[in-house]
Amino acid sequence: MKYLVCISKTPETTAKIAFKDGNSTFDTDGVQFILNPYDEWYALVKAIELKEANGGTVTVINVGGAGNDTIIRKALAIGADEAVRVNADAKSGFFVAKQIAEYAKANQFDLILLGKETIDYNGSEVGAMVAEFMELPYLSYGTDLQINEGVATIKRDIEGGSETSKTSLPLVVSAAKGMAEQRIPNMRGIMMAKRKPLNVIEPVACEDLSIVVSYSLPAGKSSVKMIDPENMDELVRLLQEEAKVI
Amino acid sequence: MVLVFAESQNGQFKKTAFEAVTYGKKSAEILGTTCEAIVIGKAENPAQLGQYGANKVHHLTGSGFNSFDSQSYSNGIAGVAERMGAKLIVVSHTSTGKSVLGRLSVKLNAGSVSGVNHLPESKEGSICVKKNVFSGKAIAEYKINTPNAVFSLMGNTLKPEQSGTDAELIEVQLEDTTVKTEVVSVDLQQGSAAPLPEAELVVSAGRGMKGPENWGIIEDLANVLGATTACSRPVADTGWRPHHEHVGQTGVAIRPNLYIAAGISGAIQHLAGVNNSKTIVVINKDPEAPFFKAADYGVCADLFDVVPRLTEAIKKAKG
Ligand SMILES: Cc1cc2nc3c(=O)[nH]c(=O)nc-3n(C[C@H](O)[C@H](O)[C@H](O)COP(=O)(O)OP(=O)(O)OC[C@H]3O[C@@H](n4cnc5c(N)ncnc54)[C@H](O)[C@@H]3O)c2cc1C
Ligand SMILES: Nc1ncnc2c1ncn2[C@@H]1O[C@H](COP(=O)(O)O)[C@@H](O)[C@H]1O
Repeated sequence: MKYLVCISKTPETTAKIAFKDGNSTFDTDGVQFILNPYDEWYALVKAIELKEANGGTVTVINVGGAGNDTIIRKALAIGADEAVRVNADAKSGFFVAKQIAEYAKANQFDLILLGKETIDYNGSEVGAMVAEFMELPYLSYGTDLQINEGVATIKRDIEGGSETSKTSLPLVVSAAKGMAEQRIPNMRGIMMAKRKPLNVIEPVACEDLSIVVSYSLPAGKSSVKMIDPENMDELVRLLQEEAKVI
Repeated sequence: MVLVFAESQNGQFKKTAFEAVTYGKKSAEILGTTCEAIVIGKAENPAQLGQYGANKVHHLTGSGFNSFDSQSYSNGIAGVAERMGAKLIVVSHTSTGKSVLGRLSVKLNAGSVSGVNHLPESKEGSICVKKNVFSGKAIAEYKINTPNAVFSLMGNTLKPEQSGTDAELIEVQLEDTTVKTEVVSVDLQQGSAAPLPEAELVVSAGRGMKGPENWGIIEDLANVLGATTACSRPVADTGWRPHHEHVGQTGVAIRPNLYIAAGISGAIQHLAGVNNSKTIVVINKDPEAPFFKAADYGVCADLFDVVPRLTEAIKKAKG
């Protein structure tokens, strides 16, 4: 089996969010980037688990600039066998999905795994787009995945519960919490990662169909109103009359 | 035309469906066009969507639409969108909506924005729309570079508004043979409260509760409000509460009208999932708890005293 895992980078959650060039660009100055948790903890580890159980290879793919090689090496250290970086600025989910789909079509994977979303823009779009470009089934928010004689059984999160589906391979799946357990790279993994192949390829032509043109900051919360703990009637009154939420 | 995919579950429309149609109607007014809805599979009285602003309701039934399959659903929606010349397609930002959004974008070559929480604007002939990014720490404005667009609408962005009458119903029978996915079971949690992603009122608690045996006071508070319960991550990780209650960066992201947090410190990863709540009430005995900075109302006291008292006060106010 050949597994492809799509990995992205995202600012670390405590990063300061600021913009430059007239609020048109995210200011990455001093921002630390991490491997997107859903990609790292769930999608990647699930692919590695499947490979450990059934054999095969795990390839990770990222669409981004050379600055992303650090997170790609981390994925290799966790256990991916090889990596591909599509050398382009990822400006839209559509562009990213097109690049991934082109590579995947040419290289025939049985299973394409993604994170359920990136934690910065929460797009949750790329998986469905890759699946559509490739005309494959897509199951989102997977929390469990079993493959038996070419049939995949996927349990996925839906509002208020879960849904279990069966489908054929090849297949695109996005992974949510529950799909696998986080793995911390060990020293041996980190050393081996340095020798694993990281191929850089050039993008195929693709227009961005939608892009961010500007950023703004939300209206700041007015400072908190402290309520006397002895007077919960007052809190209830405020919730009813001022906030109008109950 | 603005085409809204109105989701139903077991034949019943979800609240998000009415929100989406209301959003579609308002968007149509902005874009100078009309709103129509599309309903797939079993649905009770689809024409009622007219009351929320849909002029017509296209009801798709047939072999491909008996259970959810992202391919057959998006084929169905794209077919109607193309035939009717939809300029904007709106789906809900739910597990179903998000599974078709990207497919529709590719199928129709339409610029997409997921999780919008503002109405669109028309700027120099292009559709623009805003959404929250970076865990609610910023708002991004997107420009659509194509003539038609696809949005998924964040829950609780607006309240469903009923004004019109029932819509004209158009029954469409389609045999979709592309279905590759078969739903074998659906497992919904029991309980009357709304599932977390859709909940308008949420009562949440953290490690300050000391142990799972103390959750009765949280459930009582949730019950008088008709609220859904939630918790912080360590609480779910240690098995005090079920995993589906975990909110935050790695759990469920919610945006209720009211979020009450008791005994939760307000770590950045927790805030990432709850920051978009309209009103936040924090109960914590530590005046330095970071959560107070993100709160609208704060009570600095022992939660074991305050929570039961708040429950009583609500009971009293509700008569
Ligand atoms: C990568 C990553 C992802 C994470 N994702 C999430 C996530 O999605 N969701 C999440 O919640 N966390 C997440 N966390 C964990 C997060 O950083 C915090 O550790 C966690 O939110 C703390 O939970 P807590 O507030 O319940 O506990 P604590 O931080 O221990 O806070 C307990 C609070 O209760 C108060 N308290 C104690 N007793 C009482 C009392 N009797 N009355 C009133 N108040 C009392 C204390 O003053 C304290 O403020 C994540 C962490 C990491 C590193
Ligand atoms: N630039 C990228 N390169 C490779 N994979 C990506 C990239 N951006 C997003 N992905 C994958 O797509 C998933 C969903 O991303 P999104 O739709 O942007 O929320 C992520 O969890 C990744 O698995």
